Order: sequence, then C-alpha cells, then structure tokens
Amino acid sequence: MSDEAHDQAHRHDPVYDRLHATAEFRALRSAYRKFVFPATVAFLAWYLLYVFCSNWAEDFMNYKLFGNINVALVFGLLQFVTTFGIAYLYANYSTKNLDPLARKLDEEYEIEKRQL
Amino acid sequence: MDGSQILTTVLFLAVVAITVGITFWASRQTKTAADYYAGGRGFSGFQNGLAIGGDYMSAASFLGISGAIALSGYDGFLYSIGFLVAWLVALLLVAEVLRNSGRYTMADQLAYRMKQRPVRMAAATSTVVVSIFYLLAQMVGAGALVALLLGVEDQAVKNIVILFVGALMIFYVTVGGMKGTTWVQIVKAVLLMTGSALIVILVLAQFGFNLSELLGSAADASGKGDAFLQPGLKYGLSFTSEMDFVSLGLALVLGTAGLPHILIRFYTVPTSADARKSVLWAIGLIGVFYLFTLVLGFGAAALVDPATLDKAGNLAAPLLAQEVGGGEGSVGGAVLLALISAVAFATILAVVAGLTLTSSVSVAHDIYNSVIKHGKASEKDELKVSRWAAAGIGLIAILLAIPAQSLNIAFLVALAFAVAASANLPAIIYNMFWKRFNTRGAVWSIYGGLISCVGLVFFSPVVSGKVDPATGDSLSLFPAGIDFSWFPLENPGIISIPLGFFLGWLGTVTSKEPETAERYIELEVRALTGAGSEKAITH
Repeated sequence: MSDEAHDQAHRHDPVYDRLHATAEFRALRSAYRKFVFPATVAFLAWYLLYVFCSNWAEDFMNYKLFGNINVALVFGLLQFVTTFGIAYLYANYSTKNLDPLARKLDEEYEIEKRQL
Repeated sequence: MDGSQILTTVLFLAVVAITVGITFWASRQTKTAADYYAGGRGFSGFQNGLAIGGDYMSAASFLGISGAIALSGYDGFLYSIGFLVAWLVALLLVAEVLRNSGRYTMADQLAYRMKQRPVRMAAATSTVVVSIFYLLAQMVGAGALVALLLGVEDQAVKNIVILFVGALMIFYVTVGGMKGTTWVQIVKAVLLMTGSALIVILVLAQFGFNLSELLGSAADASGKGDAFLQPGLKYGLSFTSEMDFVSLGLALVLGTAGLPHILIRFYTVPTSADARKSVLWAIGLIGVFYLFTLVLGFGAAALVDPATLDKAGNLAAPLLAQEVGGGEGSVGGAVLLALISAVAFATILAVVAGLTLTSSVSVAHDIYNSVIKHGKASEKDELKVSRWAAAGIGLIAILLAIPAQSLNIAFLVALAFAVAASANLPAIIYNMFWKRFNTRGAVWSIYGGLISCVGLVFFSPVVSGKVDPATGDSLSLFPAGIDFSWFPLENPGIISIPLGFFLGWLGTVTSKEPETAERYIELEVRALTGAGSEKAITH
C-alpha cells in the first residue's frame, strides 16, 4: 500500500454500492432511523425536563405523594423505568425488524465476495 | 493493626491474588493482535455486559455517588440518573454501528472514510486525555480508600498505594491484554453487585423494607429535614450553581457514549447483535446498581454517625457496611467493612486496567502504526509498542496522581465525561449520520471540543479564585490570592458540547474534500448490516 493510499481511505468496494441500492437496504435504514431518531429525541427531552424541574420547579418536585416519598424521587425513578422500557422496546424492535434484513444483506455480501 | 485491619488487608491481598491469577491464565490464550486488543472478539453478549458494568461502575460511582447522597441527599441521586440514561445514546446510536465499522479503537470508525493520519492523531489524543483524567480519579480514590481503612493519614502511605495500584494495572494490561482485563472486570462486577445487594438488604431490613421510613430517618439524621430529600441542597444555591447543574447533566448524559474505554468494549463480541445484547445487560446491571446506591447513600445518612461521615464522605458505603454488620468493634461489622472495602478496591483495579488498555491500544494502533509508520508496522511491532505504551501511560498516571490528591474524585470523572461528550461524541454521530462530514470537520470537532473543555475548566473556579467565605482558605487548585478565573461554571459541558458540534459542522462546510461522501455509502452499509465487519477469532 502506498503512503498516499493509506493517507486517504480508498478501499472502495463496488459490492457495497450494489447493496446500498437494494430495496432491502433502504427498508433497513428507514426502519432503523424510524425507531432511533424519535426515541433519542424523546428520552433526551424527558431527561432535560427532569433536569429543569430539579432546578426550577421546586413546589412541584417537593410535593409529598405519600409518607416521605416526593415527586422528585418518583420522577427520578421514572427515568429508570423509561430507560429500561426504551431498551426493551428497541431490543424487540431490532430483533423483529432489523436483524432479518441485516442478515440477508450480509449473506448477499458474502456470496458476492466469494464469486469475485 | 487491629483485627479488622488485618482482615481488610487479607481480603485486599485475596483480590490481588485472584486478579493476578486471571491475568496469567489469560496471557496464555493471547496470541494475536485481535486477542490482545479485543479479546479475540469471542466474548458473549452477557459476559461483555458484565464487563461493561465492571468497566463503568467505577470508584466514583460506588464510593462517590453513595457518598454524595449521604452528604447532600437527593442531589447525589442526580448523578445516577444521568449516568444511566446516557446508556440509551450508546444503545441506539453507537454500539452496533461501532462494532460493525471498526477494529480496535474509537479512531477506526472515523478513519473509515477520512484522511487517516490527522483523524487518528486527533482521536488518539482525546482518548489519552479522557483516560488520564479518569485514571487520576480512580488512583486518587484508591490512595484515600486504603489510607483511611488502614487508619493511616500519612502522605507517604497514600503515595505507596498509588504506586502499587499503578504497578498492578500495568501488569494486568501488558500481561493479560483485553482478555485478562475483561475477566478482571467480570469478576469485579459480580463481587460489586453481590456485595452491595447484601448491604442493601441489611439496610432495608432495619427499616422493615419500607423506603419511606428509611428516607425519613435519613432526613432526620442529616439535620436538614425535608430539604435533604429534595433537589437543590447542593446545586440550588444560585443561578450559577443551577446552570452548573444543567451543564453537568448534559455532560453525564452525552459523555458515556464517547468514553473510549467503553467504546472499545464493543469490539470484544463476535457480532453487532451481541454488542446490542451487551449494552442491554449493562443497562440492567447498572440500573439496578444505581438503585442500590440510592439505598446505600440514604442508609449511610440514616445510620452512620454524621461526624464520621463529614470527615470521609467517600467512605459512606464501607462505613455503612460496618454499621449494619453490628457496628464498630463487632465481628460482623469488621467482616462487612473488610468485605465492602475489598470490593471497592477490586472496583478500582478493574477500571484502571480498562483505561490503561484503551489508551495504550490507541497509542500503538493509531499513533504508532498509522501516523508514524503510515500503516505499515508489523503486528508484532504494534503489539510491542502497545505494551510499552501501557507502561508509559501507567507511569504518567502515577506521577500525576501523586500531586493530584487534593482534587475531588467526582470532579475528575465529570471532567472526563465532559471531554468525551464535547470531543468524541460529535465526531462519532456526524460520521455515522451525515454524509458530507469530512476530515476537517472531524479534526476541528475533536480538538475544538477537547481544548474548549479543558480550557474552560482551567479558567474556572475549580483551578483558581474560589475561597471558603468563612475561613478564607482556597477551595481551588491554586492557593488563595491567585485568581485568574473568568468562567463562572465548574462544568464546561454547556458551552463545550455545542461548540464541538458547531466546529464539526463548520470544519465540514469549509472543506472541499469529495471522497468522504463516496465512502459514506460503504460505511453505512457496513455499519447497518455488518457486511465485511471484523470476525471473531477461533483458536
């Protein structure tokens, strides 16, 4: 490998171009983005809401729901619940909607590579 | 030494003996670069999930968060939440993509479609900086922990402990490589979870498993009443401290997915689906652990003598173990104190090993092979450099940790997170999702995020100009009287993270590098399908 080739990544492989143009790949990419983009916006907004309430919504956060359990504690624990929830949903979603497509494209890649 | 200190010493030595044994065992199975750097990519999702937990639940989490809750109540809990929610960024946007498109380091993923040398140099620089800040936090913690447990306040003893921990971590990494480091982290994760579960059960039993009662006792014992259970005790003092809190919150939630020692753990599994599984296990484990720290922190506030706590907030968890075991002087108390202290020590050892490995791999793979040898170094030479780099970084960490002992552990960790979020995350996200992103954008965002982050801290009250209003003593790194601070916040993230993203954009649009967009097609296919990704090694 020459210095120049190393300095700029040039390992261009035409098999990737063909896979990129398939309907399966477009379906995979849109299925991936359809889940992760809204989910990221949602959990970041939900987390920032918690941070802002901790700073600037004292009366709300300090309200005692029962015993010594106040809204701040429940809000904090809800962040745990939503984190576990989103992780669980993503695990199911990707097993069902992403993995089969990814596997199929990966197999196609292996087959094309062997034919070259 | 009294009985409990002898027991503590014995358990510490047992932890050392077990981890040294694991390291020798792992060294016999480490042959190739992929073994040394990535454990042969042969770990299962569950094993790697445990190891990620072992890598992530540092002394700052175990001792720091439970101590912070014990001292400032609810505000300590805020750390846990940021540290946990952050894992969703890693799960959704980073883990699988990185596994499919890289080989050994964070830089691999960026270098996939960029000019190799500048991008690798930048990524390796920020990897080493983040790792060293994080290492310092752990080593300072180790010194304080051991000195306090053995009842010595002598500076020389703390220095010896730091030296000893440093020597051990160099040994783990140079001899055991990624395989040894991973198993040390797995053992530590199991010890930490079991040990803290035991204390949590003992604490809750004292309050009839009623959380509300535990909180009530903690609030009463703290002398602060309901305020102890509400946000704002630590951060609600002024508008500046509130902004500091927002800034910290941002760094915590965006930093995890840019921590190099976490990122390289995704290379130790065979496929991207296993990388996803490991993050899922890690989220479960880390989430449960942070719920434990909530009980440990409030438990310490309720049960441990407040005068003792004030003196050693970072030791809240071990002191609580002593208390629920029967108190000072009792056999149960001594056993549990020794046990939890040994767990804390194992925690520190596992984390420092992971950090040293990460930075040495980056020095060898990115700087030595790519930047210096133009990608033509032999595997054997690269491995040799990596081992020397581990020794060198270990030595630097030891030399820096000795004078850094006055620094606050939680602050050092927060700074590492801020650098990771400002320098690394923007480049990783742009690289995956923005076709036009190019070399200049990557280099500007990494150096820009890194320099602004460290620079803002240098001109903040952390370094100079903060004095205790009552005594006039300096609360900064520099002595009282020297004040060159002009940035009011202690946490730089609120400025440096958006700046990292902005510079990544600006660098990209002002550069006319055409090739990266073409190569983006290849990166995208590979990242999402795993086609052509690095395979596991079978021996």
